[in-house]
Amino acid sequence: MAEATAPKPSSSVKLVLLGEAAVGKSSLVLRFVNNDFQENKEPTIGAAFLTQKCNLPTRTIKFEIWDTAGQERFASLAPMYYRNAQSALVVYDLTKPTSLVKAKHWVAELQRQASPGIVIALVGNKLDLTNETTSSNPLGDDTDTDAAEGEDDGDARKVSTAEAKSYAEEEGLLFFETSAKTGINVTEVFTAIANAIPETSLKGARGPGAAQTASRTEDQSRVNLTGPRDNASKEGCAC
Amino acid sequence: MGDPLDGCNPPSDAHVLASNSQAQYSPEETAKHGEETMTPDGENDPTTTSKDKKLNGSNITITTETPEGKQAQVQENENDNEAENENQPGEGQTVVEEEEGKEEEERPPLPPRPPRTSGESSLTPFSPSSRPALQSRPTTAVASVEVHTRSFSDGLRGFFSIPGYRAISESLSITGLSTGQSTPAVRKASISESLIDDTSSLLSHAPHSNMDGDLAGLLADGMNAKSPAWKLLSTQAESGNPFEGIDDDDTSLANFEHEFDEIDAVDSKGENEEQLLVQFKAKFKHYMILSSAGKPIYSRHGDQNLINGYIGVIQTIISFYEEENDHLLGFVAGGTRFAIKIDGPLYFVAISKLGESDSQLRAQLDALYKQILSTLTLPTLTQLFSNRPNTDLRRPLDGTETLLSSLADTFTKGSPSALLSALECLKVRKSHRYIINNTLLKTRTKSLLYGLIVAGGRLVSVVRPKRHSLHPSDLQLIFNMLFEAEGIKAGGGENWIPICLPAFNNKGYLYMYVSFIDANHDDETSDKQSTTTNDDDDRDDEIAVILISTNKESFFELKDMRDDLVKQLRKNGSMEIIKTAVSQGRPSTTDIVPGTPLKHFLYKSRANVQFTMPSFSPNFTSTIKRRRLMSLYHELHASTHVKYSPVKVLHNVSRDSSALAWITADFEFYCVAGPKASRAALTEGADKVIKWMKREEERVFIIGGAVF
Ligand SMILES: Nc1nc2c(ncn2[C@@H]2O[C@H](COP(=O)(O)OP(=O)(O)OP(=O)(O)O)[C@@H](O)[C@H]2O)c(=O)[nH]1
Ligand SMILES: [Mg+2]
Repeated sequence: MAEATAPKPSSSVKLVLLGEAAVGKSSLVLRFVNNDFQENKEPTIGAAFLTQKCNLPTRTIKFEIWDTAGQERFASLAPMYYRNAQSALVVYDLTKPTSLVKAKHWVAELQRQASPGIVIALVGNKLDLTNETTSSNPLGDDTDTDAAEGEDDGDARKVSTAEAKSYAEEEGLLFFETSAKTGINVTEVFTAIANAIPETSLKGARGPGAAQTASRTEDQSRVNLTGPRDNASKEGCAC
Repeated sequence: MGDPLDGCNPPSDAHVLASNSQAQYSPEETAKHGEETMTPDGENDPTTTSKDKKLNGSNITITTETPEGKQAQVQENENDNEAENENQPGEGQTVVEEEEGKEEEERPPLPPRPPRTSGESSLTPFSPSSRPALQSRPTTAVASVEVHTRSFSDGLRGFFSIPGYRAISESLSITGLSTGQSTPAVRKASISESLIDDTSSLLSHAPHSNMDGDLAGLLADGMNAKSPAWKLLSTQAESGNPFEGIDDDDTSLANFEHEFDEIDAVDSKGENEEQLLVQFKAKFKHYMILSSAGKPIYSRHGDQNLINGYIGVIQTIISFYEEENDHLLGFVAGGTRFAIKIDGPLYFVAISKLGESDSQLRAQLDALYKQILSTLTLPTLTQLFSNRPNTDLRRPLDGTETLLSSLADTFTKGSPSALLSALECLKVRKSHRYIINNTLLKTRTKSLLYGLIVAGGRLVSVVRPKRHSLHPSDLQLIFNMLFEAEGIKAGGGENWIPICLPAFNNKGYLYMYVSFIDANHDDETSDKQSTTTNDDDDRDDEIAVILISTNKESFFELKDMRDDLVKQLRKNGSMEIIKTAVSQGRPSTTDIVPGTPLKHFLYKSRANVQFTMPSFSPNFTSTIKRRRLMSLYHELHASTHVKYSPVKVLHNVSRDSSALAWITADFEFYCVAGPKASRAALTEGADKVIKWMKREEERVFIIGGAVF
């Protein structure tokens, strides 16, 4: 690892993943933490706690990740995990419109109940199942977005980029389309979150609820970062 | 202080003296029950509740409970001597009776044995041919399937048609399932043949207090009775391997390696259905769960479209009996046994061609029920159905399917732990275990209820409050979730899992912290999650720390405890000891007793509810060989655990193996050797293993754990 040189300031960031069952939350975490993918991932039971470091130019962020189970029966436990979170990844499956509906519910619940300054990223996963040229510009201004009919070309996309993106802009969310399978945009999501966490809310300690009260202030409640492009690959996590 | 698991001893380890049980079971009752099910031609017996039908040439025997909930049928005695003894109370014999679980009273009788057609093999392994009267016969010898005799409690009797039966024969096609005389028949035939001359089957009613360590004495009579020719034969090749000379025509387990292959989904046009049904019927084992309203909940094999028809048939049959308040417990068709268990709004069905006994199958079904409770809790389950009897339980159970399947597959592969309802512990020195226990106690935090260290799927140490024990059936659920199902382990990281442990409390959830420690990754960075391991081999190396609390907010507290615990275990050398013990694996029988003819054994300490066994290698590594071994253990176990006067010592010789079971108040011991091993050799081998067990007891088992 890159822990060699000068000790950069390091702080931990609590992150929670929410979203309907089987959208790929655990797969995104597995890609981020282990750079691995499993074709038939079993559903999460309860929640899993993982950590991963993310090196930014000026500091190191240690993500403390709660990967929650998407199944309905665990929904009542969710507040326990997002209560102290500084950031959330709300995931939907872009081949499954109902999962976006569920994602919107989570966003609303977070805005109502989570810490006011929470940084939320909306993530449309399984980008590999679309037949778009996903190479450089996954968020690009593809105009052929209403995709439902494209299935004979192997395009399983059911949620257009434009629809999700405009929703994200309205709500002041970061927005990405990813593939845990190919790895596309996965690190970028986490880097963007790391960059979006306001300096003031960063503290070293992990303790539950440690950096909560004081540092999180009024005006941060809408950290509006709709331009993930500028902080993508160039200062990506070195992990 | 008691052993770690005491107080959680399942009632199965209780024993009562014969005088008690005989009091509940008088000769008159025997006679009466006998009438009910065992009269050769009892078709006019108005009390009969056994409904036997001749269906397409295969016999179906249906066993039910009588309305009073009494057992409608007597457990058939496995042995003449035994039957005689049993009906003569007051001979002063002391017989240890197995009381299998609290549900003793509900414990169903074994269905009557299927009739033995001449020249064909019998399903009854030890049924002596001298008692044909006990063989069940069709009580209604009517050729037509539709006509059925049934008696009502008011004495009326009616003939009416039961479309359900036709449905069985058509869509379940029991004849199809049983063609080719499935599994158990072939080898059991050989067993019963060899047992027909009474010399090979021995049992003893000697007081069990004298039994320990004197197996040879108990078997002496039998040994004298051996013919010179047998002695001559048996001197050859005592060390042969079991299941080696299985004839080519023994196809009983031929397709077992495909048992766990997945059956495709029925395609949209249903064109592949025929072919899928062939695969479906080729399975040795099915488990199905449905609601009493007939909604499918779970099936181990086949997708919804494939099983819907069966679910309907099963629901019809079971409900038919339920309406009469006459609970259907199971039936046998050819070589296939159907066991049914009803728990509130849920119907559980096991269909097996692997030869397990009715109560063994029922125990398996009970484990599936416990898994459902573990996901939902009993109040939730009850509430779901009382609000809406038509509830589709699949939604609330979402994600539990993989746990049910891994449980089911554990049973189908054959699990000593499940068979004996006991745990296996990692063998370490007593002083080492003492240190580990103390480390657990020292690092314990206030929210901790239970703490476990598990390595290679075996228990290393337990910490628990004095008042609460851990029940084996709860541990089975935890072990299944963590070590058999892939989900948790593969995820990496630490887990926080709400879980209901039904034997502890079926009304609420506990919270379980789970962390797998990468054995090969020593430094503190090990909370950098180890990469996932999918290989079966790797599984054996894992060390898991499991910390259970009633407080759902205590994750970080328990995580700190885990960090502290692991640090301490590394510091005091225990981690190294655990790793070494795990990597050594189980010893082979010849490591334990050099030169022994025994190829495998199971030893259960009844007081500790723990068992131990040697490695399956080199003789039982393949799925099929292992299944054969486990089937043999199931037979031995069944014979020694029948409800009334079970056999205490059993020597079982078949064409491809010889085996010995020995049950005392302290332990259950089962061992297997090649077919040519003499009884003397088996006995001597068994004695030596048991001596070794006594010597090693405090290493092999957790005796006196960490209690606070
Ligand atoms: N093609 C494709 N499949 C994916 C992708 N991400 C996940 N999957 C698959 O989708 C399924 C579900 O993935 P999980 O990561 O378990 O989903 P989850 O959101 O964690 O589900 P729960 O834990 O039940 O909430 C698995 O079979 C994955 O292999 C992806 O980017 N592309
Ligand atoms: Mg998951």
